[in-house]
Amino acid sequence: MLYFSRWKVTAILATVLLSFLVVAPNFLSQETLRSWPSWLQRQIVLGLDLQGGVYLLYEIDTADYRARRLSALEGDIRQAMRQEPRIGYTGLDVVGDVVQIRIRDSERVDEARQRLAELVNPLSSGLLGGTQTTEFQVIDAGDGLFRMTFTDAGMTQRLATVVEQSIEVIRRRVDELGTTEPSIQRQGAERILVEAPGEKDPARLKDIIGRTAQLSFHLVDTTVSPQDAAEGRVPAGTVVLPSVEDPTLPYVVEEAPLISGEDLTDAQASFQQQTNEPVVSFRLSTTGARKFAQVTTENVGRPFAIVLDDEVISAPVIREPITGGQGQISGSFTVESANDLAVLLRAGALPAKLFVVEERTVGPGLGADSIEAGRIASLIGAVAVVLFMFAAYGLFGLFANVALVVNLVMIFAVLTLLQATLTLPGIAGIVLTIGMAVDSNVLIFERIREERRLGRSAVSAIDTGFQRAFGTIMDANITTLIAAAVLFQMGSGPVRGFAVTLTVGIITTVFTAIVFTRLLVAVWVRRRRPTTIPI
Amino acid sequence: MRLLRLFPDDTRIPFMRWRRLSFPFSGLLSVLCFVAYLTLGMNTGIDFEGGTLIEIQTREGEADLASIRARLNELDLGEVQVQEFGAPNDVLIRIVRQEGGDEAQQQALAKVQAAFGDEVDYRRIEVVGPRVSGELAQSGTIGVLVALIGIMVYVWFRFEWQYALGAVIATLHDVVLTIGLFAVMQLEFNLSSIAAILTIIGYSLNDTVVVYDRIREMRRKYKRMHLITMLDLAINQTLTRTTMTAVTTLIALLALYLFGGEVIRSFTFAMLFGVFVGTYSSIFIAAPILIFLDPQLAGEPGAATAEEDGEAEGTAGPAKA
Repeated sequence: MLYFSRWKVTAILATVLLSFLVVAPNFLSQETLRSWPSWLQRQIVLGLDLQGGVYLLYEIDTADYRARRLSALEGDIRQAMRQEPRIGYTGLDVVGDVVQIRIRDSERVDEARQRLAELVNPLSSGLLGGTQTTEFQVIDAGDGLFRMTFTDAGMTQRLATVVEQSIEVIRRRVDELGTTEPSIQRQGAERILVEAPGEKDPARLKDIIGRTAQLSFHLVDTTVSPQDAAEGRVPAGTVVLPSVEDPTLPYVVEEAPLISGEDLTDAQASFQQQTNEPVVSFRLSTTGARKFAQVTTENVGRPFAIVLDDEVISAPVIREPITGGQGQISGSFTVESANDLAVLLRAGALPAKLFVVEERTVGPGLGADSIEAGRIASLIGAVAVVLFMFAAYGLFGLFANVALVVNLVMIFAVLTLLQATLTLPGIAGIVLTIGMAVDSNVLIFERIREERRLGRSAVSAIDTGFQRAFGTIMDANITTLIAAAVLFQMGSGPVRGFAVTLTVGIITTVFTAIVFTRLLVAVWVRRRRPTTIPI
Repeated sequence: MRLLRLFPDDTRIPFMRWRRLSFPFSGLLSVLCFVAYLTLGMNTGIDFEGGTLIEIQTREGEADLASIRARLNELDLGEVQVQEFGAPNDVLIRIVRQEGGDEAQQQALAKVQAAFGDEVDYRRIEVVGPRVSGELAQSGTIGVLVALIGIMVYVWFRFEWQYALGAVIATLHDVVLTIGLFAVMQLEFNLSSIAAILTIIGYSLNDTVVVYDRIREMRRKYKRMHLITMLDLAINQTLTRTTMTAVTTLIALLALYLFGGEVIRSFTFAMLFGVFVGTYSSIFIAAPILIFLDPQLAGEPGAATAEEDGEAEGTAGPAKA
């Protein structure tokens, strides 16, 4: 066990040197690093709990999404039946997860079935030759009664698309804000994880991401009295929407929008020239502009409501036809809120409502304190362990201590190379590794002492000591590795950071104990040819 | 230079004889822990319970806990805990899970932020909704079980099933005692506590495996030695290593406990406790339990107690052969 071939020694020393080299950039500023080769410019990634930042786990509001899809389907069915030649029906309604309709004329049930079949909304199926997936299915309950509901495969596929689209929209919104680079990932079937390290204003970030930002313009029905509106007695085809400015004064607006957010091509925050108040000016697409020109020409003198996420921002009166395809939204904005709305409109609406199911925010102050505390604790821990090892094993303790330093450097080197995230529990994992790392050396040294007491010569005792301890070290560390692997699998964020450092620590520990320490001892044996062992 | 030794080289402590004390002691302690768990319950944190945790720091002067509590109670958020956290101007606020799903938690947070505005610095905000907390609790429990099974399979693979069973019993003992510690001291039980428990499992097994490894080696070497003598010898031979490692680990953990900051204090406290328990269990539970599990004695019930006293002292010799 004490013989090392030349190339092996070179390989071991090269690994150690490389580790030092990889760790070095962590102590240098970004500027100094620019002149370094790019593969060496990596620095350890600090977790949200150390550098401060926001962790937000969103979930798609599937209930809301289903409800909206069903109500859209209900509208489509109504339209399909009203097509010439009209088909008479009764009881068109959404019941739970089903849209129901009864065809009056039994002669025309087949025709109705055909029209419904056209509404199943085929989705592109990724599987070649597989059966086509559709979003809806038609269930013929007989007696002219039809039910339409989601197919399981269709819903799954729709939700997947919704998640993808939402991620895109969130990314555009956050990019527009220009904060630090956040990571936005899908998690499970219905969740999206947003991690924004270094974010200073989590409340604003949350506000920007969470808004659906569904913009639409609706004509206001001025014929309904405020009292009827408050009690919900409104004509068919209109809805009551609250106002942002005065919650006690709701608006009654036509359900069908004049134009919606999809017709927008651009939005910018600006100031209204007369009053100098912040507004959001927008530009419409060609088709949007044509539609808008037509309705504004037809409805001069009537107010229309600008609705964002089911709330009326403002309801200006159409003074003259707006044909240029440009306009302004006013409504008691601050400069920041006008800017935020412009960002939201440019980035587009979320395809479904999102809500926060888990939030963890760490302010920069706490992060800095944690780094400081972690640094002091590891330093004190390491120094204490080093002193203790020296007191217990003398020269061999010194070997173990050199190995410990190399071990620490290697842990940081691996973390840097893997770009793994260092968290506060991660630092705890490193400190724990400091304590447990010497275990391998203790096992070896105790074994050497034993072999020596059994009467072996110094060199032979060292050799057997390393050999016998090897199996024990492996067994002992693999069990810890299993626990660490489980931690990694189930953990998220900080806990996962702990699992990572623990795992890396175990591997580097095994390397330093049974390769590096052995090399140190081997060199010492060759130089000194010892007849006694100072442990 | 005289080197520091925790134990003299030739200790012959008859550990196996102590099992008459250690087994009832550990059994009683485990039952007490279980009772504590059932009666006192766990102080589950928001990770598993759902709810809101806010750490604030006053910008000027010390925090007035009473006034903060009063202002929070006005918000009508149900049970609210307010406590000092590490420093006199640092306050930890815990708000119980709100009725009404995920959005209700967010509204509670918004209310608190509206009430305190910019007066304070929000150092940490954690909001966990009811569904996520349920999932976290489930995955935590599964995690501990999977780790135990994985380790059992590995020990079984490397040793024999009796050792696997012994290792798992010793480890379970440590887990039960640690959970008891959380219940008795009402420490907050959260995700990092699960991490602590898994680490304790890892540490305790590490210790146990080292002892088992030595027992296996001796069984190959001294085929005729009595099991109890052998177990005693194996533990005595690994005693220095067991304690040395425990001491270095405790030193490192103590540094972390004292200087590592308030956020991970309960995490390191649990681990400090775990290292003690893990060391104890490898010596006093994991090894002696082999007397009941080892095939060498399977055919001769009662042999363990009958011959033990004479043999334990008498045949400790072969180590020096």
